[in-house]
Amino acid sequence: MKKDIFQAIADPTRRALLGLIALQAMTPNAMAEHFDTSRQAVSKHIRVLQECELIRPEQSGREIYYHFNAERMKEVADWLAPFQQLWEDRFSRLDTVLINLKKKKNVK
Amino acid sequence: MSNKTTIIAEKGKQELFIEREFDAPRELVFQAFNEPELLLQWLGPNDYSMQIEKLDNRTHGSYRFLHTDCNNAGTCFGFNGVIHEVSEPERIIRTFEFEGLPERGHVSLEFLTMIELPFNRTKLHIQSIFKSVADRDGLVESGMEHGMNEGFAKLDNIFAQAKTT
Repeated sequence: MKKDIFQAIADPTRRALLGLIALQAMTPNAMAEHFDTSRQAVSKHIRVLQECELIRPEQSGREIYYHFNAERMKEVADWLAPFQQLWEDRFSRLDTVLINLKKKKNVK
Repeated sequence: MSNKTTIIAEKGKQELFIEREFDAPRELVFQAFNEPELLLQWLGPNDYSMQIEKLDNRTHGSYRFLHTDCNNAGTCFGFNGVIHEVSEPERIIRTFEFEGLPERGHVSLEFLTMIELPFNRTKLHIQSIFKSVADRDGLVESGMEHGMNEGFAKLDNIFAQAKTT
């Protein structure tokens, strides 16, 4: 049975895993290095993500690399929207920094 | 009303553009990029605490930042780069590398330009050029999980309401 994609990404560790693999395909060991949890816990998260096709494994020599399936993610999210949101949040904080700087220097 | 952020990432290209105007003179915008205590107040993503290990923002300088995920204790990502040129207050050219990758060498080149506008306003223009289309798409997609958080908070509310009715 295919797992519910929303349930899969509702977990913060799994979202962090997706963010990581999106940048570059990785082996489970490489992923586990970024988390405090056990290797087994990471494997479990990988299995859930794989079951709903958010990531796919590819054998390369002796290692299995997991690739991010952007197409599947696009079904639930506009491709550029979260990246845009990240920068909008950043820039609105920068607005506040600039308002304070202007006050300090008495710039109109 | 807040100023609009424009992001252009054309399909199949190795670059992306970010543009935004600010209601402040160029010197101040530059200062917010240049001084560590100011940078800390805005650069780190939501839910991440940011540390500046090094910021030597001048021609032939370098930088290294750390982002720690507040929701996932122990999850820490490093970013670093070298600074090719700083022409205060109008231009910064530098490299950017995310250290969380198993393979090194996925470096991008960033051009930050601050353009003076009338009425003490400034336009910030960022051009990032990546090693490959896949590298660029990967960086954009890595932002997906940040943006998802808010979306899921909304979904949780919908589910909670559905349960009570």
